[in-house]
Parts: sequence; structure tokens; C-alpha cells
Amino acid sequence: MKRTMILVIIMATALGALAYTTYSRPRAGDVKVIKITAKKFDFTPNELTVKKGEPVSLELTSTDRVHGFSIPDFMVTARIEPGKVTRVTFTPVRTGEFTFSCNVFCGSGHEDMAGRLIVTD
Amino acid sequence: MEIDRRDFMKLAGVGGIVFASGLGGRILGATRPKQEEFYFVQLSDTHIGFDGPKVNPDAKGTLKKAVAAVNSLDQKPDFVVFTGDLTHTTDDVKERRGRMTQFQDIAGQLNVRTVHYMAGEHDAALDRGDAYQEFFGKLNYTFDHKGVHFIVLDNVSDPGAIVGEAQLKWLQSDLKGLKRDAPIVVLTHRPLFDLYPQWDWATADAKSVIDSLMPYRNVTVFYGHIHQEHHYMTGHIAHHAAKSLMFPLPAPGSTPKRAPIPWDAAAPYKGLGYREIGADVKNARYEIGELAIQGA
Repeated sequence: MKRTMILVIIMATALGALAYTTYSRPRAGDVKVIKITAKKFDFTPNELTVKKGEPVSLELTSTDRVHGFSIPDFMVTARIEPGKVTRVTFTPVRTGEFTFSCNVFCGSGHEDMAGRLIVTD
Repeated sequence: MEIDRRDFMKLAGVGGIVFASGLGGRILGATRPKQEEFYFVQLSDTHIGFDGPKVNPDAKGTLKKAVAAVNSLDQKPDFVVFTGDLTHTTDDVKERRGRMTQFQDIAGQLNVRTVHYMAGEHDAALDRGDAYQEFFGKLNYTFDHKGVHFIVLDNVSDPGAIVGEAQLKWLQSDLKGLKRDAPIVVLTHRPLFDLYPQWDWATADAKSVIDSLMPYRNVTVFYGHIHQEHHYMTGHIAHHAAKSLMFPLPAPGSTPKRAPIPWDAAAPYKGLGYREIGADVKNARYEIGELAIQGA
């Protein structure tokens, strides 16, 4: 009887751990993938809407020259080289509107190369 | 820690800075400066080649007015510094050099013995400083004046806004030769702290620079880039941003975009200006006087 109880406790603990693992580690399908194209001097799209706590994977490409991508509020920064896909993943941890911008100087419109990230509940 | 002028006044003698309104070369008093006192002038963000009549209808004349004003100061400054963005950026390499020539022609009218230049990202980021160095020399260097050690740091020729490992080593090597209480002034273009990274008002590896400077007790930074007067402390190190001589920009994060502030016909040249900086070397104190551009 005692052995059965121990087995049940072990199994329950294991299932609990499995459930926790499943909950805390989102599957690939749970990550929202957003493709963003950079070119002098804008991002397409330039407005992103995501949900708080849900991981986001950005797939960044450039059609002309090296650009940067930065969301300082979430410590996101990436260098976008033309001819390849740069991936950066982050989880927005608070709601609100935030700025993303190019942080690699790219010419006379560099200061305008920015967009808006909206994080909802 | 962002602080206003009043707070800085309270810090005078601690942070080593006091303010004065524009005094026209009399910043250290009307009497002849002592050996351990001098003053210099900071001009910044002249953006020669910028064209935007709604922002500055006198784009071709503003720097000329500043140069004439400096030349007419009662007492000549020991030297003048330009803290970057001498020219407005262009992809056209020939035009870039043309703008640098125009800038040189105007700055060459300054009636002072010594002028120190440094680059902004508009001058140097698209070609890693090639054209800039042809015209103005090194991107980073040091000089000494009456007991103050000046360090010119390049945080713009890498388009990613970094100082970089090689320059950091150079800085650390330079600092090694100085006493911990040596008066040090750092001249650079971008802020050496995260002023507002959302607008690219930062230097990516600024922390490494500040960490290197922290052991030195008397360090002050003068910079440009943000086109407005701004004062900030990182520990005991004071940072002072200068106004532009082409267009003013909004306060950090105060508007959705960092677009230039339009020209105010009722108050021409509002928000533009330059500054004189008096150095009291013995006490490592600096007195800043902001000067406005006067219309024709």
C-alpha cells in the first residue's frame, strides 16, 4: 500500500513537472512570427501589435543596405544584413506603445526610420 | 541623473560646474585670466548642406553669423571646438566633400589660433570617416591645454554608434598616464549614456567608456548630437550637450518623432546657439555661458 502511494506521488510529481514544462516552454507554433522588411528609410510593416507575455520572433530582412533594429524598452537590438534573414526573439513583458527604430546610421532619412510596437493584454 | 541648471548651481564646487548667461568672452570676469584659467568656445551640429526653409530659412548664413559673433568676442577664446555633424549627410561622395569644403571655408574665417574638430555621424558614418579624415584629420585624439587633458572620442564613424574595442584600449592606455585627480575633459558627439535610445541618442558601448573614466575624479563631458542644451550626471561625471547651429530638436521623448522644431518667424534663431566654457583649472570647475544667434 505504502509502495503504491509513493508511486502515485512520484507519477503525480512527474506529470506536474511535465505540465509545468509544457506550460513554460511554448511550442514552435506558439511563437508569433512577424516578417519585417527594412529599406531606406522605413520598415514594412511599421506598426506591430503583439500580446503581453507571448513570445515574438521577428524575421528581419533588408533590401538595400545594412540597417539596425532596436526596441530599447525590451532590450532588443539586431543588425540587419542584406541578403539574409536575421531572427530575433523576445517576449513583451508589459503593455503599451513602444518605439522601434533603426540604430545603424543609414543616411539622410535615418532619423525617420522608426515604427510602433503595440503590446496588448 | 538628469538635473536642471538650478541643481547644477547647487552642485557647483562638487560637480565642478557653474552656469552663466552669455557673457561675450567675459566668462571668467572682466580681468585678464590667471594662468590657470582660460575659456574656449563650443560650436556644434552645423549641418552644412541641410536644406529645409521651414526649419531654417537661413541655413547658409547661421554658421557665418556664429563665426562673426565669436570673432567679435571682447576677449578671444583660447580655442574653438566643433563637436560634430559639421556637415549634413549625403550618399553622394563628391557632394560630401563639397559640403566639407563649404564648412572649411566658413570655419576658416574664425579669428582664433586653434580650432579642434570632431566628427558626427552625418560626417563620418557612411564612409567610416574617410572623407572626414581627409579634411580634418584624426577621428580620436588628445590635447592638453593649461593643465587640462582633453580627450576627443569617436562614437560615430562606426554606423552602429560604438566607440569600439580598439579605441577603448587607446583610451585606457591614455588614462593610465594621468593622476586620479587630473582635470579631464572629454569631447565627443553622441551622449555617453542612454539619454533616449529610442531616438538613437546613445552610444552602444558607453558603459565601457564611463567605467574607464570613473576612477578619475575630475571628468567633464561636452557633446552635441541632440541639438539642445542638456545636463546629466553619471556618478560624479557631468555631461553637457550643446545647441545646434542649424535646427533645434525636441526634448527627449517629448514628441512622437524627433523631427526638427520649425522656424519661429516671431523669434528667429530660437533654440540655436553656441556656448563659451570657462575653465578654472585649479579647482576643476567649468563655467558655461550659452549664447544666442543674433539676426541680421
